[in-house]
Amino acid sequence: MALLEVENLQTHFRTPDGITRAVDGVSFHVDEGETLAIVGESGCGKSVTSMSLMRLIPEPPGKIAGSIRFRGKDLLKLSDREMRDIRGNDISMIFQEPMTSLNPVLTVGRQIGETLQLHQGLDKEAAEARAVELLTLVGIPEPARRVREYPHQLSGGMRQRVMIAISLACSPKLLIADEPTTALDVTIQAQILQLMLDLKRRVGAAVILITHDLGVVAEVAERVMVMYAGRKVEEAPVADLFRSPRHPYTQGLLGAVPKLGSSLTGAARRLAEIPGQVPSLKQRITGCAFAGRCALATDLCREVAPGLEEKSSRHFAACHFAKKEAAAA
Amino acid sequence: MNAPLLQVNDLKKHFPVKGSILRRNASRVYAVDGVSFEIARGETLSLVGESGCGKSTVGRAILRLFDITAGQVVLDGQRIDDLSPDRLRRIRRRVQVVFQDPFSSLNPRLSVRDILAEPIRNFDLAKSSAELESKVASLMDTVRLPRDALDRRPHEFSGGQRQRICIARALAAEPDLIVCDEAVSALDVSVKAQIVNLLQDLQREFGLALLFISHDLAIVEHMTHRVAVMYLGKIVEMAPRNQIFAAPKHPYTKALLSAVPVPDPAARRNPMILKGDVPSPINPPMGCRFHTRCPFVFDRCRSEEPELRQREEGQWAACHLETLPETPALAT
Repeated sequence: MALLEVENLQTHFRTPDGITRAVDGVSFHVDEGETLAIVGESGCGKSVTSMSLMRLIPEPPGKIAGSIRFRGKDLLKLSDREMRDIRGNDISMIFQEPMTSLNPVLTVGRQIGETLQLHQGLDKEAAEARAVELLTLVGIPEPARRVREYPHQLSGGMRQRVMIAISLACSPKLLIADEPTTALDVTIQAQILQLMLDLKRRVGAAVILITHDLGVVAEVAERVMVMYAGRKVEEAPVADLFRSPRHPYTQGLLGAVPKLGSSLTGAARRLAEIPGQVPSLKQRITGCAFAGRCALATDLCREVAPGLEEKSSRHFAACHFAKKEAAAA
Repeated sequence: MNAPLLQVNDLKKHFPVKGSILRRNASRVYAVDGVSFEIARGETLSLVGESGCGKSTVGRAILRLFDITAGQVVLDGQRIDDLSPDRLRRIRRRVQVVFQDPFSSLNPRLSVRDILAEPIRNFDLAKSSAELESKVASLMDTVRLPRDALDRRPHEFSGGQRQRICIARALAAEPDLIVCDEAVSALDVSVKAQIVNLLQDLQREFGLALLFISHDLAIVEHMTHRVAVMYLGKIVEMAPRNQIFAAPKHPYTKALLSAVPVPDPAARRNPMILKGDVPSPINPPMGCRFHTRCPFVFDRCRSEEPELRQREEGQWAACHLETLPETPALAT
């Protein structure tokens, strides 16, 4: 059984000028210990998806429908109290901006300890001792001193390490990382990604990594799901997706990113552009959401939304024109 | 050979740090601390480095958005860092800028027409209102925006379109050099590609020189002629594109390149991961500024600052090591 099974997730927001369909019927699953990446551009619904999993969407104006089954339990049916027991304990989250997600007036140790006291019933001393261990685990030098410091005394990379320490404090089964390295410099990003992978292996948690950076996806993910305009357009094992993307949007995205080393392998070619821009989510989109920007689009695409189909083994795409591969060994 | 379009000689910019009442002007931030380079006509030079390395400060100093602490900025043989405000105004036409955030760099109360007409009027580039109008319209064609969008205001456009407006505004002054300060960093992947392609087309069309300030090495490699890598206010390596990406001579360049995630799962490699954080520019390390994070550090690095020396034709690096060891002592 999968660790997490999401079915037909719909997260809509009521706004003054109509309903915004931020996530519009998305289904996926995460297996134990697996790393699933969700990629897409701004406004594709990837962050709203992750917030919905944690039930962090304010209702109203938001509304979550569908089902989110975590180890068989539907999270959407739990009471607030039951949900609180799961957050930070079984499922935890790392956000993009470590400065705004840490409390500026509490020491780092208190913030790590809070989770432990709440979920594991440790007393204050035990929680602090454990906090020092966790800081050591995430590679912060002089943990016994740092544990008494405030977030503003730490660099961006160290703050993100603290966030990781908090999220791993209770050995969660699922870790949701929403653009965890986007605000960091590349050399620090490399440190943090390595740390996350390392700890994930040690703790045995599954990870949902939300990012717009295809480079990061290629480095850390096992399976990838591509979102566009609130819908899932493609899903595949990582090597498969990069080798033979099926959906025209995925193909466009991959063509639009320059690869490091491009100047060494012959003349730098022109970057592929995806013409136009993402459609507004305020109107209901009939047909394929990508039809307006797709070179292959026909009347069929504009009228009938393509369903997600398995095009080759474990490789799903929602496109009328993506060819199905004969089942080969 | 022609003189370079822009020459920057030993540029320094230090910012005072406000001290307390007891310790006035306690210290200074050495944001840029002795940087020299040239840009030829029609050339793209990229300044790369991590946050706080001083790359944006260099761009702003060239635009003279503040006065510099020491050094010279020479445009076409004329020093521009010490010009009077009146004479500077005329020079300003020749060096324009595109900033990172197209949301905050356009006046929300002006229509696109007014935004584009302003520099043309300001620098007397149109003789009649008919000429002004036709120039504004053709700028829209140049940046591939529809002419009928001229009466709209910035909030009606998407991020990519706004960045096109910023580029059109820079072009309106008919400049020789455009400073692009993280001009594509805030954009989504597919839109980024559109703007990068546009900048390359415009450079070819108008023979523009670009100072491209960016932290995105893959984009830099895609569009630049030469690269200068900055670390803590200094250039540590400068070279033509092919040389620097094929064979970096400075350990920092090497680490930067190896830290960039490659969008190809087949190419998973062992990156050279640097230890620790960038030190504070208020109190930069003695000797080589990179020595606190360098995997190849030895005694000399801690006491003696390496000079920027030419290693190969056009490739300069500031490192005591002639050749970098193959396998660095990997840090975890």
